[in-house]
Amino acid sequence: MSAKAQNAHPGMNLGYGEGARKAEVDVFGFWVFLMTDLVTFGLVFAIFGTMVGATAGGPGPEEVTDLRSIAIQTALLLGSSFAFSWASLSMKYDRGRGRTLIFLSFAATSALGFLVMEFIDLRHLVEIGATPQRSGYLSALWALVGLHGLHVAVGLLGVGSLTGQILLYGLTDKIKSRVTRLGLYWHFLDIVWVGIFSMVYLAGVA
Amino acid sequence: MSDASDEERAERRLYSIGLILSVVLTVASFATVTTGILPRGWAIPALIVLALTQIVVHLRVFLHIDLTRQKREDLQLLLFTVLLLAIMGFGTLWIMANLAERM
Repeated sequence: MSAKAQNAHPGMNLGYGEGARKAEVDVFGFWVFLMTDLVTFGLVFAIFGTMVGATAGGPGPEEVTDLRSIAIQTALLLGSSFAFSWASLSMKYDRGRGRTLIFLSFAATSALGFLVMEFIDLRHLVEIGATPQRSGYLSALWALVGLHGLHVAVGLLGVGSLTGQILLYGLTDKIKSRVTRLGLYWHFLDIVWVGIFSMVYLAGVA
Repeated sequence: MSDASDEERAERRLYSIGLILSVVLTVASFATVTTGILPRGWAIPALIVLALTQIVVHLRVFLHIDLTRQKREDLQLLLFTVLLLAIMGFGTLWIMANLAERM
């Protein structure tokens, strides 16, 4: 086992020809996009930081946070990330597209569960009057959690689209490269969620 | 590709270690808040340290960022972005906290 091969992006089982070089460049370009997204998320986090305590007499962190639901959402998203990495591995080591698709569907189902839980939580917030227009704190909370949720939803569309492409065309080099980039996006969203559950929910009720 | 299965096993092990570490760190974060074992002022610094550790684990295991030359560009891009973000993020918090104080 060579250290170099192990460190290569998962799914980059393309040899060392022109295709592999192109895929590496595409992945780097996708990293640039992810980093711009990181700046967006980071600044929404900063805005949230300025709005902590700005509850204007409305519902605060204690009313807004359901730790049991947050724990389940965290588990679902981490499980989804792990399933996606397993899909990347079965793609990289040519374990057949059936296996790749199964793990992709695990990842998608888990992420869908996350979105459903999040939707139920947000609907509960509306029921107790914790709508975004109630206070600065709630505006920032909805913006941050909503932005992350939208990203997960877009990721799900990506899995759907790639599933169709894999079924139609098989695991070609182009599609492998796309799955690799979607994987980076997927794991990146899990990192953002680590920030959200720690800084928004847990720190809110600590 | 006789060594492929060894390599595959090593990668699976790495991902599994990453998953276990993430679960341990997440449980530690939740336990910090739900059990209240730490004095009041310590809970939030502990949460920050646990979250940063988990982010590093995710970057290393799931996003394949490491210190090898092959990944140097990704790492530099990430670090530069974090620098920009730190300037803008801390700047925002600093200025807004200062304004709030003067209100």
